[in-house]
Amino acid sequence: MSSTFLGMPAAPPRSPYGTGNLRGERKFPAAAHDELRDEQLRRNLGKATRTIRGKRLDVTAELPDWERLRDAGSAIKTDTMNRLPELLQELERKVTEHGGTVHWARDGVEANEIVTRLVQETGSDEVIKVKSMATQEIGLNEHLTSRGITAYETDLAELIVQLADDKPSHILVPAIHRNREEIREIFRAAIPGVDPELDSVPAHLAAAARAYLREKFMTTQVAVSGANFGIAETGTLSVVESEGNGRMCLTLPRTLITVMGIEKVLPRYQDLEVFLQLLPRSSTGERMNPYTSMWTGVTPGDGPQEFHLVLLDNGRTAALADEVGRDALNCIRCSACLNVCPVYERAGGHAYGSTYPGPIGAVLTPQLAGMHAAKDDPNSSLPYASTLCGACFDACPVKIDIPSLLVELRHQHTEQSGTTAEKLAMKAAAQVMKRPRLYTAAQKAAGAGRVVAGRDGRISHLPPPFAGWTDSRDIPAPPKQTFRAWLASAEGAAELRAAAEEGARKPGHDGEQVGPGRNGTHVSPGRDAEQVGPGRDGTHVSPGHDGEHVSPGRDDEDGDQG
Amino acid sequence: MRIGLFATCLGDTLFPEAVRSTAVLLARLGHDVVFPPEQTCCGQMHVNTGYQREPLPLVRGFAEQFGDASIEAVVMPSGSCAGSVRHQHGIVAERYGDAALRAGVAGVQAKTYELSEFLVDVLGVTEVGAYFPHRVTYHPTCHSLRMLRVGEKPLRLLRAVDGIDLVELPEADACCGFGGTFAVKNADTSTAMLQDKLGNVAATGAEVCTAGDSSCLMHIGGGLSRLRSGTRTLHLAQILASTRSTPYVMQTDQLSEAAR
Repeated sequence: MSSTFLGMPAAPPRSPYGTGNLRGERKFPAAAHDELRDEQLRRNLGKATRTIRGKRLDVTAELPDWERLRDAGSAIKTDTMNRLPELLQELERKVTEHGGTVHWARDGVEANEIVTRLVQETGSDEVIKVKSMATQEIGLNEHLTSRGITAYETDLAELIVQLADDKPSHILVPAIHRNREEIREIFRAAIPGVDPELDSVPAHLAAAARAYLREKFMTTQVAVSGANFGIAETGTLSVVESEGNGRMCLTLPRTLITVMGIEKVLPRYQDLEVFLQLLPRSSTGERMNPYTSMWTGVTPGDGPQEFHLVLLDNGRTAALADEVGRDALNCIRCSACLNVCPVYERAGGHAYGSTYPGPIGAVLTPQLAGMHAAKDDPNSSLPYASTLCGACFDACPVKIDIPSLLVELRHQHTEQSGTTAEKLAMKAAAQVMKRPRLYTAAQKAAGAGRVVAGRDGRISHLPPPFAGWTDSRDIPAPPKQTFRAWLASAEGAAELRAAAEEGARKPGHDGEQVGPGRNGTHVSPGRDAEQVGPGRDGTHVSPGHDGEHVSPGRDDEDGDQG
Repeated sequence: MRIGLFATCLGDTLFPEAVRSTAVLLARLGHDVVFPPEQTCCGQMHVNTGYQREPLPLVRGFAEQFGDASIEAVVMPSGSCAGSVRHQHGIVAERYGDAALRAGVAGVQAKTYELSEFLVDVLGVTEVGAYFPHRVTYHPTCHSLRMLRVGEKPLRLLRAVDGIDLVELPEADACCGFGGTFAVKNADTSTAMLQDKLGNVAATGAEVCTAGDSSCLMHIGGGLSRLRSGTRTLHLAQILASTRSTPYVMQTDQLSEAAR
């Protein structure tokens, strides 16, 4: 008799450790430390992000229904994630009906093997590529190279990165860390037959790349792309781009292989109405991107005659299994969050060590690849690479609450980290803070910090781990008197009484006084001043303690105060 | 109105002037200010650093101390602590609390306000009788701006201050780089953000940089102090509490509270 398994299924796998480009070699603070020293990088990033920020604000402000578009985008994505399996099966059915072939890749390793096999079956040893985050994520180019297949990036910025043997540092503008002088040097060194007199005029640089790429478009028989959208209802795939290189790749070769993350599926063709407005305005700050390509399977005599769709999981199901973290899958890769992030703007994309940098990268990368796959996993530092300032949430076209996701991932990190010095310190702090008597004692101990301050009341040097603060900031010496000590003092009572009396003398400020007879005796204009003195029982009321009157004056015995 | 004052652990211990000014201001406006003495900390540092179990007693304590129905509003001179109560106490209660705590948290959340939103939204006042004859620039802290959505409220209060010379801070909505433990864990990036903020503060020529959160002011003030800048930091409450009869006294050699 066969048995039926009724237990909980195993957790879905993350992207396998040591594969692809979802993990850097160092933790964020160490990587950022070096990147921050690169003045050129900071100037480039500051200028570029500022420009895109301004353009985005202009074109989002002009739409009266922008907020409703964001709501619609968020709702469609949430609906998609709630029924992802059935939508993917519908997509597979429709693509197959229209002459395409669908392949399922559990992870980047499988996807790389599938693409390699498909290219080999065409007999070609070269492919042209449309800029694609998914293939960058799985390290497809490197894998193809190892199998004797040359991949040519055709997006201008991706080409710059590839020719320099560099890594992208931005989702949309991969070479944002390069300026035109650097690009000229890269082209002169790496483009065969380029004019040695090539200058750094942008139009001349673009022309050099164009001449080089045009030859690749005309002679290469296989293209590899990613996808911005895959429509379950029709089996239609879509790529949006600005340079026309994508259109060339998607139409000229005989074979087209598209690698698409499974979260890119959309239920209906009409959903594009929402996303084709949200994406370009959030991404490049344009009302519409110059090229929107859509294709459905194959069309005899027109465009690629062979079409393969590789559906990539690579940790996405693992993210979907997390009821909080799954919101990160709603991302449409517009990069608006990068451009508004003050941390990204300073540290740059490479500091994140992942194909996905910036705020969305800090929540997506640890979910796709895990953050405890190795001792001191660099990904465990990513959720902390944020001040939680919230600018990313405001900019996100599908309203992903990135700050809340960061806080959640920090929680997951500490839950899985066992006992650390920080955890012990946090437990100790909570133990003190939950006991008011211990807390006031600790406040007095903090007051002892005055002795390490200079005569001007500044503390300018602290030991690790706080040295990072005093490297650039002073910290004030604790004051002589805490607030609660002041409140309990004669001076405090007199000041409050005077304030109440001052207010009472002015018309219009006396409408909401609490009359006598209420529980306790509070600072209240017009009341008998004698009742407000410190040290008297019942000066203040502590609710939730059976109406017991508690005087804050109970700590008055402390000689440090007053 | 009977107002429960939450001093915040940072305000109570390191920046009592800001809390004193809050109490004085509310008393001057004719309100009954109570200070539940068992109060300590909202637990924001714990939650934002990734610790949600540890602050459970703090969340419970806050709900108990301020939950009493006789307290009509809970007011604190901190946007981030108000944000913690309103946005994070529910997460902690949901995960580690019981039904009673979840109900208690929901009750206290609904009457918790940061100072400027309490003044403008609840009391309906922008002119609070303040007098502050100095050049001031205002930094809208991130949690006030984007978590609580206080918007223009602090600026409306400042514009109504008698004698004030309010100057706009360039790139005001950019984060100062504090971020709680971020400033220690990612000290280099934090410092890079602070440098830009300090440059913008200096460009205003203001005597005072103000904000609604002592933590951000501690960060900005710590940087200004290190530079021996002529600009000091003061909490919004300190400006609003200053009047013609009891003005805030700016001594020429006096450091900001943040650099006492």
